[in-house]
Amino acid sequence: MPLRERRGSPWTGLGTVIAKETADHLSGVRMVVIEVLVYLVALVVAWFSTTTIRESIGESPFLFLRLLTTAPDPIPFSFLGMVGLVTPIIAIAFGFDAINGEFNQRTLSRILAQPIYRDALLFGKFLARLLALTIALVSLWLLVLGLGFIRLGLPPGFEELIRMLGFLVATIAYGGVWLALAMLFSVLFRAPATAALAALGMWLLFTLFWSVLVTPLLATLIAGPSEGILGPSVAYAETAQILNRLSPETLYGDTTLALLQPSTRALGLVFVSQLRGALLGAPLPVAQSFLLIWPQLTGLIATTIVLFVIAYILFQRQEIRA
Amino acid sequence: MPGDVVIRAAGLTKRYGEKLAVDHIDLEVRAGEILGILGPNGSGKTTTILMLLGLTEPTEGRAEVAGFDPLRDPLEVKRRVGYLPDQIGFYDGLSARDNLAYTGRLAGLARREIDDRFEAAMVRVGLPEYGRARVGTFSQGMRQRLGLAEVLMKEPSVAILDEPTTALDPHSTQEFLEMIRGLKADGTAVLLSSHHLDQVQSVCDRVALFNRGRIALAGSVTELAGRVLGGGHVIDVEARGGDVAGWLAAVPGVVRVQPLGLGPDLYRVDCRIDLRAEIARHLAGEAELLGIRFAAPSLTEVYNRYFEEARDAA
Repeated sequence: MPLRERRGSPWTGLGTVIAKETADHLSGVRMVVIEVLVYLVALVVAWFSTTTIRESIGESPFLFLRLLTTAPDPIPFSFLGMVGLVTPIIAIAFGFDAINGEFNQRTLSRILAQPIYRDALLFGKFLARLLALTIALVSLWLLVLGLGFIRLGLPPGFEELIRMLGFLVATIAYGGVWLALAMLFSVLFRAPATAALAALGMWLLFTLFWSVLVTPLLATLIAGPSEGILGPSVAYAETAQILNRLSPETLYGDTTLALLQPSTRALGLVFVSQLRGALLGAPLPVAQSFLLIWPQLTGLIATTIVLFVIAYILFQRQEIRA
Repeated sequence: MPGDVVIRAAGLTKRYGEKLAVDHIDLEVRAGEILGILGPNGSGKTTTILMLLGLTEPTEGRAEVAGFDPLRDPLEVKRRVGYLPDQIGFYDGLSARDNLAYTGRLAGLARREIDDRFEAAMVRVGLPEYGRARVGTFSQGMRQRLGLAEVLMKEPSVAILDEPTTALDPHSTQEFLEMIRGLKADGTAVLLSSHHLDQVQSVCDRVALFNRGRIALAGSVTELAGRVLGGGHVIDVEARGGDVAGWLAAVPGVVRVQPLGLGPDLYRVDCRIDLRAEIARHLAGEAELLGIRFAAPSLTEVYNRYFEEARDAA
């Protein structure tokens, strides 16, 4: 049969889908509950952080970066740690029933019987969820920034603001990875619970087990033991680094480390010979920090795109009968 | 009177791997015509509907719906086709209006058009006071009506209704069938898929009987009766005394005799021509003739007989 090209823009209806899905997420009970919880925890963390920082206000020029990275007593994690923990969970909560939910509600054939391609439906759902996630993260970011401003009595410096914006962009990209993964599973599995569990399982794998179990095991298999006769094995360390960077957790961790700890000069193996002339502990200019994290940030965005493309291909091949 | 052809399929075929789901079907439906599509589950009805809607690609053949190729111009086809799937689903958390406004916007309607058409459609399907109610509180019957309201809002050239009366009570079914007749009166071509043969017979101009992916029979119920029941004339006879069935079968021109099952003395006779007088003469003196009249050919009988014979032939 000769190939007949379809006519009409694949993005017809995209705006309608984005508007509807974004409104659903911003007004839905699920979103409100998550946001209230996250905002409360963030406020508590930021409050205690500012209390700690006020006691040592002259020790660092980057007060607002310390606000994000300080784990204050009695709270065992920083604002950065909290965001790194809740962003994947919120993204998974947004994405796990994006497509299978339509199948289960039997709305998919009714919607696709309207003048809209599947492309627009899937992409619209993804963009709407990413937009809702972005709105949540931006409001959280502004909340902490405002609280810091009030409690510390100082505005953030220009470089601090740029670094904090970079952190926000990296967090959105990190959320995008988990959102795309959750949506992929929502295409792959017809039961939303299965999709949610699969996505959470992947998150646990990368968060808890990847760097402590999977990476050492695979690096040993590939490059031999971690310790050689003359000390640590460089081949092992380089292999472990490559494997670690397959994890979005590592990419995000590297990115935030370089952005929020300006003294970070390298994100991989560093030999003593490479440190000749370096002023250890001195902050790197913000442009240099961005150069440092560029591969990691690009990696996060690329992973999001790859996962979305896989979901897209699978969705295009599915039979729509529900 | 039916108008121009708005659905045309030629050699439409769909394979899933080795399985042939739809096998070279040819189909034509005109504006203002209701075509019933019948057949057992898995006979290819829904796959055919999906191909006509552009929701699945045919492996072979061509289709044209409202002047457009569903494979090449699916958006144009979908702008002109209203589809009511079986077991229709809505967003339960949204109101009836919000559900239909969403699909209305997807269909390219302006806000004003959506408002006007929604009100009119809700009145027409008998749900005028439920516009702001959450669909989660609706019964299945109300959902079916809301689905039809969605079809009406598009003011389509073609309406495809897949098992639209499955969840309805008898009274609602009659109302729903009346609404389908209303679509026909508007000049809309209707493709009605259903397992309720009496309903199909009551509203459809023609029927197409699907079997194993092919259209085994197509035409009006009278035409199908002529081909399947061997006659085209169906006569109900009430008589008692002796072997009435045997005597009826012996009348020249009678194709088939079967007890009607409504009483011990009732028989249904299929014949090629009007044999009422011959039957009356033949039974005179043999049995007591209590009544004889024409019966409308029943689609149920056509359907059952066709599949009995198909099973016997297999």
